[in-house]
Amino acid sequence: MNRLSIIGITIVAVILIVAIFAPWIATQDVGATNLSLRYLAPNAAHWFGTDSTGRDIFARVVFGARISLQVGIIVVTVSAVVGTLFGALAGYYGGWIDRVLSGYVFNVFLAFPGLLLAIALVAFLGAGLNKLIFALCIIGWVGYARLIRGQVLKVREYDFVQAARALGAGDLRILFVHILPNAIQPLIVQASLGMAGAVLSEASLSFLGLGVPPPAPSWGVMIEEARDLSTLQNAPHALIFPGVAIALTVLAFNFIGDGLREYLDPRQRKR
Amino acid sequence: MRRIAMLVLVVWTVVSLVTLLVELVPGDPAVAVLGEQATPDQLQQFRQRHGLDRPAFFFSAPRDENGARHFRWDGWNNRYVDYWRSILHGDFGRSFRTDRPVFDLILERYPATIELAVAALLIAVSIAIPLGVLAGKNRGTLTDNIASVFALLGISLPSFVIGPMLVYIFAVKLGWLSPSGRFDWSDIILPSVTLGAALSAILTRMVRSSVIEELGEDYVRTARAKGLSERKVVYKHVLKNGLIPVVTIIGLQLGVLLAGAIITEKIFGWPGLGLLLVEDGIGKRDYRIVQGCVLAISVTYIAANSLTDMIYRWLDPRIRVS
Repeated sequence: MNRLSIIGITIVAVILIVAIFAPWIATQDVGATNLSLRYLAPNAAHWFGTDSTGRDIFARVVFGARISLQVGIIVVTVSAVVGTLFGALAGYYGGWIDRVLSGYVFNVFLAFPGLLLAIALVAFLGAGLNKLIFALCIIGWVGYARLIRGQVLKVREYDFVQAARALGAGDLRILFVHILPNAIQPLIVQASLGMAGAVLSEASLSFLGLGVPPPAPSWGVMIEEARDLSTLQNAPHALIFPGVAIALTVLAFNFIGDGLREYLDPRQRKR
Repeated sequence: MRRIAMLVLVVWTVVSLVTLLVELVPGDPAVAVLGEQATPDQLQQFRQRHGLDRPAFFFSAPRDENGARHFRWDGWNNRYVDYWRSILHGDFGRSFRTDRPVFDLILERYPATIELAVAALLIAVSIAIPLGVLAGKNRGTLTDNIASVFALLGISLPSFVIGPMLVYIFAVKLGWLSPSGRFDWSDIILPSVTLGAALSAILTRMVRSSVIEELGEDYVRTARAKGLSERKVVYKHVLKNGLIPVVTIIGLQLGVLLAGAIITEKIFGWPGLGLLLVEDGIGKRDYRIVQGCVLAISVTYIAANSLTDMIYRWLDPRIRVS
């Protein structure tokens, strides 16, 4: 593993701990407004200062980690499982299944810019955490499906698969016991980059008012609330802290993804 | 020929999906638009005017009293056909609120979005090519590391963080540029930098690895051996070959740019398609506008991708042959 991926893993571990132990780390109330305390600069009582309604930014950033990671983990897990199933079907059986799936379905999903499809879905379904997760899964699974299809196409020609078939193994056994475990490595890279993408998409949709409804402490919502001119003038830290939180999380998952890719592909290691 | 057929099929599906999207709205769109206070008469009138009283599709499977579903043919006079007809008539249906043809609204806003996307692309390319070449040429040095940090920052900082930060620095603190709107030529600077930042970061990384790869090729050794200056080797030979994969990425990223423009336009109040979608469409629950905007952006994206593919084939004869 290279240095950057170790930094990435460390950051993710810290964010994970923060998210799990949020109520013990941030003792201030995330929703309590107090106009007499608004626009406070970072100080001993409010480590990250307060926002335009006097809420504690540190507590909101800490609890925001929960939302981000929750969305990221669910979206990546569901997309990866669904994508793997469809990709494996297309790659293993080929023929008309592959023509319909990879020739048509994948292309249709890729014909929309991902974020636009998510925005459209949430716009029509209505805002909310579950709908947001659903929309992100809808745009997410195709990437995994295409990846796994390519991998399965390659692995299915290997000798050990032919040997298993000669021994009388059934399709399901060949696919799940022999092919998939050997095809799944790049999925880990994709999943790591997918976490970065999901965290970013959640924040983007929440920023647009289509994700987690305020006053929930989503990082995207916090940035949306902090960008009016009077808040920018009086309390730029209200923008900076959630911004740094998003950037660090995305950066960390990108570091891990890049590091894993390099680790798994020795040709890149030399570069 | 097969590619064109595929393209037609994809466009048809995209239009169909967009057409049926409005069926996802929970409850009655008429109530959502007119509000709870509307009288039954007003609601009925609204449904009639926008075709919402007609069946959604050619067939449906409603439940009977016992809860079982039965197939029912609903005929040709349905909303799906209506929307196709409105597309072929060139009006994309009428706005639920202003009653104006959605196509006119899109046409008014389209140039602003394209202007923003092109400006962002130009900024991204003009930063990425020199920076990527510099980093690739001086691999492993301080210059390379600085370029890498820049690229990583650009990738991880989302536009809705960069945008307000730029507003804070250049509008609030320095007072050089206005924080929003599209009135003066200088108003495009902040939005296009915001939108182009991520792309310039991605392209910098692409150009860098492309240059590194090409520098190891035989023709570079030949060019150096015949006494060409390093400048000529890099800019006349390496860059020409190294840019081919970069062109593809630019084409593929155009969709990301168009989708990203939705967020950037909201940050800066830039009156393009994105603002139309978010404020007039989603904000005011004018679902016809949402349908029209999603369709316009998707079709632009598909067209851009197909164009990239053609340019790619033209640039690299090896792909044409295979």
